[in-house]
Amino acid sequence: MGDTIINFLASTVGLAMPILIASLGLVYSERAGIVNIGAEGMMLIGALAGYIGASLWHNQWLGALLAIGCGLVIGWGFAFLVVSARANQTIVGAMLNILGAGITVTLNRVLFSSGTAMPDVANFKDIPIPLLSDIPVLGPIFFNRNALIYITFAIVAISHYVLFHTRLGLTIRAVGENPKACDTLGISVYRVRYGTILYSMALCGLAGAYMSTAQMASFIEGMVSGRGYIALAAVVFGRWSPLGVLAAVLVFGAGEALQYKLLAVWTEVPYQFFQMIPYVITLVALMLAANREDSNGPAASGVPYIKE
Amino acid sequence: MVNKTKQALRSMWDNLSVPVIATILALIVGLIIIALMGFNPIVAFRAIVRGAFGDGASLGETIVKMTPIICTGLSFALAARCGLTNIGAEGQLYMGGLGSIAVALYVQGLPAVIHIPLCLIAGAICGGLWGMVAGYLKVRFRINEIISTIMLNYIANYFINYMVSRVMIDPAGTKPQTAIIEPSAMIGRLFEGNRMHWGIFIALLCILFFYFYLWRMRSGFEVRVVGLNADAAKYAGIKDGKKILEAMFISGAFAGLAGTIELLSVHQRMYMNFASGYGFDGISVALLGQNSPLGILLSSFLFGSLRAGSNLMQMNTNVPSAMVSIIQALVILFIVASSYFSILMAKRRILKQAKGDK
Repeated sequence: MGDTIINFLASTVGLAMPILIASLGLVYSERAGIVNIGAEGMMLIGALAGYIGASLWHNQWLGALLAIGCGLVIGWGFAFLVVSARANQTIVGAMLNILGAGITVTLNRVLFSSGTAMPDVANFKDIPIPLLSDIPVLGPIFFNRNALIYITFAIVAISHYVLFHTRLGLTIRAVGENPKACDTLGISVYRVRYGTILYSMALCGLAGAYMSTAQMASFIEGMVSGRGYIALAAVVFGRWSPLGVLAAVLVFGAGEALQYKLLAVWTEVPYQFFQMIPYVITLVALMLAANREDSNGPAASGVPYIKE
Repeated sequence: MVNKTKQALRSMWDNLSVPVIATILALIVGLIIIALMGFNPIVAFRAIVRGAFGDGASLGETIVKMTPIICTGLSFALAARCGLTNIGAEGQLYMGGLGSIAVALYVQGLPAVIHIPLCLIAGAICGGLWGMVAGYLKVRFRINEIISTIMLNYIANYFINYMVSRVMIDPAGTKPQTAIIEPSAMIGRLFEGNRMHWGIFIALLCILFFYFYLWRMRSGFEVRVVGLNADAAKYAGIKDGKKILEAMFISGAFAGLAGTIELLSVHQRMYMNFASGYGFDGISVALLGQNSPLGILLSSFLFGSLRAGSNLMQMNTNVPSAMVSIIQALVILFIVASSYFSILMAKRRILKQAKGDK
């Protein structure tokens, strides 16, 4: 019984990871007033980039770096459109999702010609941390994991500190609340928004690479299957804070872990109902979030800033 | 008189220039990408044109593909007119399809003139109700409809998979699909040897309804007021919550009709993912057509022909037909980017004026 629970919790943490990585970035861009619907498409591109990098250079780290690089390039284009060209953020995001689906399927078929099984690539393996990994319960859940999980937990701590305890964090939050006042104070709204978009897109790319090189060692078309949107929901559910997001994604991760558990155990119920679980949980979580008093996001969210 | 024609031409060009230029640029960049991947872009382009317009049959194919896209385009546009971003046409299409297929399969002994409209009504209502779920979540829980509609897409998709593999599975087979529908519910073809069917006229009627509802009816006018300025709507005594539910219902109903028409004419039975991607095509079509009836008609024709043409392209040149999604995204990209040029132009004009004043 104990083992089952530990297994369950360990897989919860693992399954929450791609959503966590993406939402950590999205917290920053949302705080600066950018709604990035395109997270899904970016994660798909990141997943393929991670896979291509890992298979090309036989190194999962280079795969992850390629995914981050793609995130920066696409993030720059996204920032140009929504910040400089003041385009509708939703439309640009929707475009990125269509582009992501199209590019990944097209490249996948051209590069790896469909039909043949995808060869496994170099991937992130579990690295037990000496001593810590021997702790009962916590050891297997937190300290016998792959390197990206350790890095992500570090990012959670750092990004929480930066957002709430540094001048930079204050600036980012202020830009999302009242860009005009920031402009008057000599803060460049454009630069802050470009910066947070680049950061969030880089993390979305990494989140995709996590799926193809840490969770798996392979790429499957459409493998992100809604996690980019769930990450957006996690930002709302986690009240636009990195620690809150951590709690939120653990709920979603648990839902997914439950799905796989139930699939194996409860075979008389049609499996399609278990497959719905992550999406139903997301909706329920958002319903719960709405009843809290502090459920409003940044005031200038989604509004392009026009410098006078 | 001459002045008036000039003015009319001018305003037409103002409306058309951005979409037309964006489409041409997107095609050019798309062909460059095809070339970069090591294929012959000229051969690929020829295959697209031939597959879409080569002869009567291919033109029919284009019309077959554009029919559901018109409806999903109207679906996105109607919600957008109310200030909503409904990217759930895919799920609403499936749920509408489910409703209509139930009527088409299990209601028997009706003449076609009653059976087909009954299926259409069932499809529209089921799609509409599924769309209204997202509307309700927005009004009651302030849940962003973008996230909720996507979640509802996945839920609908798994629900359909369950229905066709367990509940409604063809008793004579083992494949996860329903039996063939009653002949009285089938939407027939117009000509022998051409897949074009009567469904296109239903789609055209939808366009007319879209126009009359939004621009000729009080109810639709109120929907537009909410979309243009929610605060003003409140002062005018329009209940925006009610309007959101109404808009999401009609938006979902259009998507449901897309699925219904597709099922009754092309497939005549339901299976998983029978209309994959049509929901998302609707987004591009509405954006390209600027949420206007005529614009949606023209851009649906464009995307229908791309879909029809890309199949031949894939067969002849091995360029994956998913390339069409890239071209779609590029079209939106260039439309969106055009706003940057208007910003630049405005800046230049102001600078010029400032110089002139000196």
